[in-house]
Amino acid sequence: MSKKESKKKVAAYWAASCGGCDVALLGLHERILDLLDFADIAFWPAATDFKYEDLKGYERNEIDLTFFNGGIRTSENREIAEIIREKSELLVAYGSCAHQGGIPGLANMSSNEELFETVYKNNPTTVNPEGVVPQELTEREEGNLNLPGLQERVKSLSQVVEVDYTVPGCPPPPELTEDFLDLLLAGNLPPKGSVVAGEKTVCDECSREWNKETIDEFHRPQEVEIDPDKCLLDQGIICMGPVTRSGCEASCPEANLPCKGCFGPPKKVEDQGTEMLNSLASVVQIGEEGGSLEGEKALLSNLPDTIGTFYNFSLANSIFGGKVSDGGNDEQE
Amino acid sequence: MASKPRIGVFICHCGENIAGTVDVTGLAERIIDYDDVTFSTDYEYMCSDPGQNKIKEAIEEEDLNGVIVAACSPSMHEETFRSAVEEAGLNRYRCEIANIREQCSWVHDGDGSKPTEKALRIIKGAVEKVKRNIPMEPVEREHSDKCLVIGGGVAGIQAALDVAEAGNEVVLVEKEPTIGGHMAQLSETFPTLDCSQCILTPKMVEVNQHPNIELMAYSEVKDVSGYIGNYSVQIENKPTYVDPDACNLCGDCEDVCPVNVQDEFNQGLTSRKAISIPFAQAIPSSYTLDEEACLGLNPLRCSKCADVCDADAVDFDQSSKFIEEEFGAIIVATGYDLYPKEKMGEYGYGQYEDVIDGLQFERLLSATGPTRGEVRRPSDGKVPKDVVFVQCSGSRDPENHNSYCSKICCMYTAKHAKLYKESVPDGNAYVFYIDIRAGGKDYEEFIQEVQEEDRVLYLKGKVSKLKKVDGKLRVWGMDEIAGERMEIDADLVVLAQSIIPSSEAKDTSRKLNLNLGQNGFYKEAHPKLRPVESLTGGVFFAGAGQGPKDIPDTVSQGSGAAAKAIEMLSKPTLTHDPQVVEVDEDLCSGCGLCISQCPYDALEVNSRGVAEVNEILCEGCGTCASGCPTNALSLKNLTDEQLTEMIHAQIGD
Repeated sequence: MSKKESKKKVAAYWAASCGGCDVALLGLHERILDLLDFADIAFWPAATDFKYEDLKGYERNEIDLTFFNGGIRTSENREIAEIIREKSELLVAYGSCAHQGGIPGLANMSSNEELFETVYKNNPTTVNPEGVVPQELTEREEGNLNLPGLQERVKSLSQVVEVDYTVPGCPPPPELTEDFLDLLLAGNLPPKGSVVAGEKTVCDECSREWNKETIDEFHRPQEVEIDPDKCLLDQGIICMGPVTRSGCEASCPEANLPCKGCFGPPKKVEDQGTEMLNSLASVVQIGEEGGSLEGEKALLSNLPDTIGTFYNFSLANSIFGGKVSDGGNDEQE
Repeated sequence: MASKPRIGVFICHCGENIAGTVDVTGLAERIIDYDDVTFSTDYEYMCSDPGQNKIKEAIEEEDLNGVIVAACSPSMHEETFRSAVEEAGLNRYRCEIANIREQCSWVHDGDGSKPTEKALRIIKGAVEKVKRNIPMEPVEREHSDKCLVIGGGVAGIQAALDVAEAGNEVVLVEKEPTIGGHMAQLSETFPTLDCSQCILTPKMVEVNQHPNIELMAYSEVKDVSGYIGNYSVQIENKPTYVDPDACNLCGDCEDVCPVNVQDEFNQGLTSRKAISIPFAQAIPSSYTLDEEACLGLNPLRCSKCADVCDADAVDFDQSSKFIEEEFGAIIVATGYDLYPKEKMGEYGYGQYEDVIDGLQFERLLSATGPTRGEVRRPSDGKVPKDVVFVQCSGSRDPENHNSYCSKICCMYTAKHAKLYKESVPDGNAYVFYIDIRAGGKDYEEFIQEVQEEDRVLYLKGKVSKLKKVDGKLRVWGMDEIAGERMEIDADLVVLAQSIIPSSEAKDTSRKLNLNLGQNGFYKEAHPKLRPVESLTGGVFFAGAGQGPKDIPDTVSQGSGAAAKAIEMLSKPTLTHDPQVVEVDEDLCSGCGLCISQCPYDALEVNSRGVAEVNEILCEGCGTCASGCPTNALSLKNLTDEQLTEMIHAQIGD
């Protein structure tokens, strides 16, 4: 933290996100008072009435710390991220979307044209016979109307500006936010670049037993009765636990649901989904060795949403970043 | 590498094999400019003594701390060059092979520029690897000195004796009440006509008396765990209900026993009592009470055997004993069975009493058999005057039965026919055969003798059917040489039944993680060069369980397996290539995915909840390292960093 003697300033911002991360900050309950004793709120659109002009008015690094949630979807997201970076001494990527692009990142499997077609025209609940879609610029006699445009792809915060800390999760569990708060208040933050969570994977915290068997069929969780003691992978349910950073106390597997990977990969793993596919490929057993491909096809047909399964939160951060067109990677800024 | 890398590159011409396609001199001139390469040269045959000396001299003179030999595949001469480097004082893992023959010169055309460019890149990749190699010493592990032999036929007997003679303790496990196996059932052996029991029983006695052999008859291996040098084996010693030390073989118990069952030793030709001894010279020399045949092991129901036993040897209170022992090596000698008679309906086997198999005929010929060596047929005890021998019964018949040749039937059928003719000189012996296979010392001469001097009629052709007509067994067949259909009315038909693996083979293969070939025989590590070794370290094969074979081959293999076991057990410790997987415990979460990936059972999750590698079992295949979801596992001297740098060097600019 800076050596300024006056009360500290903290900020929070939401970019392409659902709002759950702002709620998660409030999930600190009475501990938020500790934060407010320590610092004033400099900017927090979800909770306080500040304008962008106020933000732009701060000096460089005047805000001591900003919790930034949400991915970078629009030109507005990007512009504010850059301003916040300039005004903040420490920038925290808070939650899965800021960390890895998150659920909005799944839109990277479609072009923006395809997204507009689906959302504004072909959606079953949409009636839009004239085919009206939002425009970045609408000219009217009274004047021009401007809307932020979509970037070509959703990006994580660290793909746009430098990030100092990451508090992962969808949303980050209150315990983790508290841990970060404790480190902050004690002036004991870890080295920059740290992900403030566990060092291992969800399996380390999971009480289920892996029975050393190979996987011969896949199931979706709703299709089977899940044995609460047996490893979910052992039961043919894709659980991202082995490639997901620990720190959540294995909350989903302990609640009889597979891990979806919201904490992102552990250190030394670059691409969460590829790593999981690679590991699975080594333990999947389809019939006898040298058997036909029919078994493989049947097995894979039980994996209807590969990207949604293996890259639920991390598509924007993956090696390929999203759908790659036939001509190769279609966009590199 | 602690000090700055000083890499020497040695480029082999391999005669014209490499030099004919790749500009070897140009390579040596260009690679010297690559980072950390301080010496390079080329030579006609690097693997020759002068070639190796070049490397050793350069290590000394140029103060090299890494060596690349650009030559043939590492599967050829890696060992040669690593040993040479070691002799010059470098750790053997400071030497890497750049394969510019199989992966370059042999697969590209003679246009020199492109193969040379490729060879250069291959060498650069190897330089990047060797720079990052860590020096390693072989993994060492203690081992048990004991040897387990499973199966007490002649293969297991020979193996046990040889290992015991070398000074190692042996436990010989046999499932039947006596050792001896099928060889004890035979009358005479081909081609010398030695009495089978006469040459076998001295070896059986030797087993029994040998101070280093513990014989566990009527026993079975229940469970095997562990690995080469350190197998933990559970053996069940089934109750015989007779104290072998007390039993004096008087036979009174057998006389009073009211229960008759089929006698396995006589192949069902006679019956035995519920309490019995397989044959007079059985080892261990004691009676066995067949628990399934006995009226109930209950003195209230029938205790005639116990009542009559003066030695008080009968003990109804015995129960199974389970013994746990540690073994360094295991020799598997589970032997053979005959192809089931139920499957040979076309020859009336199992339907007509006088259609018998080869082992039954052995018992008829044997002086200790049910007829005391006189050839009398099972149905009415008459001496058969016309006997038809059918070879390849169930063998060499891919459509209906086994496709393979059972190897020993030609010879034993000739022996059967000869012994029959000697026993019944006025009888007629006919042999139906497809081919005569008499490869073996003095075997062909034996066949000639049987055909010419014993006047046995050999008919080349298959038997098409067999039926009882007017009290005779009518055999329809072909004589292909005469081009005639044959019809023979026989009194006795002997089928040379196909040899199949014993019923234990499957179970044993599962317990010991052994491979079986498509016909169910044990699969050796290499069909030519490692015929007695399995792919499971420390487990060896002897006898017909690995494939049909005659007695000399079986005994040879028994000795061969014993030599392999002794070779292993005589070393003070087991050593193993240290290029194995290691675990970064800070990264491992103990998910266990690696365990099911490992083909060698070398991984487990330990009590600290992280993966642990058994370095003796790990073969360094790297499957787990690539499959590990957290990259906690890496292969020593083939880390992700090394691979990445090698790729950069090979495909970069």
